[in-house]
Amino acid sequence: MTDSRDSSVQESSTAPIKAVKLRHPLRTTFAVVIALLVVAFVWDAATREAYQWPLVAQYLFDRRITQAALITLTLTVLSMILAIVMGLVLAVMRLSDNPVLKAVSWTYLWLFRGTPVYVQLVFWGLLGTIYRSVTIGIPFTDVAFFTAAPFEFIDLFWLAVLGLAFNEAAYMAEIVRGGILSVPRGQDEAARALGMSWRQTMLRIIVPQSMRVIIPPTGNEVISMLKTTSLVTALGFSLELYARTRAISAQIYATVPLLIVASIWYLLVTSILMVGQYYLEKYYARGVSPQRATETEPTQTASFAAVEPDGTGAAGGSDTIATSKGEHR
Amino acid sequence: MSSNPMVRAEHIVKRFGSHEVLKDISVTVERGQVACLIGPSGSGKSTFLRCINHLESINGGRLWVDGDLMGYRQRGDKLYEMSPKEVSRQRADIGMVFQSFNLFPHMTVLENIIEAPTRVKNVKKQAAVATAMQLLDRVGLAHKAKVYPGHLSGGQQQRVAIARALAMEPKLMLFDEPTSALDPELVGEVLDVMKGLAQSGMTMIVVTHEIGFAREVGDSLFFMDGGVIVESGDPREVLANPQHQRTQSFLSKVL
Repeated sequence: MTDSRDSSVQESSTAPIKAVKLRHPLRTTFAVVIALLVVAFVWDAATREAYQWPLVAQYLFDRRITQAALITLTLTVLSMILAIVMGLVLAVMRLSDNPVLKAVSWTYLWLFRGTPVYVQLVFWGLLGTIYRSVTIGIPFTDVAFFTAAPFEFIDLFWLAVLGLAFNEAAYMAEIVRGGILSVPRGQDEAARALGMSWRQTMLRIIVPQSMRVIIPPTGNEVISMLKTTSLVTALGFSLELYARTRAISAQIYATVPLLIVASIWYLLVTSILMVGQYYLEKYYARGVSPQRATETEPTQTASFAAVEPDGTGAAGGSDTIATSKGEHR
Repeated sequence: MSSNPMVRAEHIVKRFGSHEVLKDISVTVERGQVACLIGPSGSGKSTFLRCINHLESINGGRLWVDGDLMGYRQRGDKLYEMSPKEVSRQRADIGMVFQSFNLFPHMTVLENIIEAPTRVKNVKKQAAVATAMQLLDRVGLAHKAKVYPGHLSGGQQQRVAIARALAMEPKLMLFDEPTSALDPELVGEVLDVMKGLAQSGMTMIVVTHEIGFAREVGDSLFFMDGGVIVESGDPREVLANPQHQRTQSFLSKVL
């Protein structure tokens, strides 16, 4: 600051530095080129016959389409909730000391990750045919306690939810496991040293901390699930967005405009989900971000003490998530 | 008095795989005493400390805390493994302070302290908060109750960790190198809290590199190297006049 050599150029003081900004000619050129390309594409698309924009406008808010979008969203949310719960259970089983639970979890993952979701959905659709009736009784005797046709009365919608959730649970299990493993061992030790049980340690200490790592890839999975719902026609369910738009386009002999309609709705729903993810991440980053930034030197965290906790939490949140995502993806 | 010591460890053996970390360790710590464990890193002192509250299970020997065999139940000649629940109950009476603090980062200081009393001992929240505030006052951090650990300095975090352990009203406190992760200027505040605790009559076992603390506060000193206790006795005597050559060479490096 008080370097005497600089004083010939500019008076050194605590006044803000006035300097000519560094220019980035390449960056500017590139931006201009991209802008031109985008304009050209949009202009072309707007005037091209094949897109049939009037049809897009006509069907975008068609009642059948909006209903289908709502069903797609419901399908996504319900199957994800079920998948997250199942994934949590599977991950905890995999990490437990119990070899039986470990083996069950491993086998589940092997089966449901090892086969295509489309194939699984076809199987779910056929369950009613394969298991016309199920009898509970004593094997090799005529004793039967009751007989039921379990899949006969299940709505196709719920079958789709189950089919999607059972597949997704296998992936969620690995995401949750990664999150749990990311929590430092010392946390588990500190909790146990305080006399907390395994259950309390998991629910109160480990899982809440792992959420920070679990949420970003789970957001990915939710968005991926939104699009995977378009596969549930495999088990005969046809009220979701993609099947609905295909059906309409077949009626009116117009494929492209309805594909655009479907894409717009998928994008819209994805955007809504991303907003939700942002707030979840912010919540689970509480208390953690400032420490993470200076983890190697705990004493430096003192400098954060002056900052409002909420303020740093929000600012540091996205930062933290970015690093954790890098580690686990 | 020696008939009922707080900690009695006899012939403790601990192996990790084929590596024998502890070889025949015998230690007795009387009630209200402060025992200091010193020794080079890798000598097994932290492992021994973790055996005392059964964070590590032992492979040989017997370990009693306050007359209770840790981790096992003895009927006749047979030992029975305790259930995790019973082990948790035993641990609840033994406080532990770690080198890296291990505060729960997603909870405020106050939440950190009341977590175990309310969940493990079913203390009413109001009572737990009152106790926690007293303890925070004792470690000089009452004004930080609502702050997350990440906003505290290392020394402050360690003092909160001590308060958290004390909130369970332990009969024994274990300290695993409590000042080793701290910047030099923050060591003093933590040692002061520990001294106060020792003066209040708490039984403490302290793994430390702070020779000064051992000399001033310690009632007994154990020097460990290579999984055995090389030398032990009154800290002032051992430190001033070490008998064993390994003790001498270690002390010449750290003093």
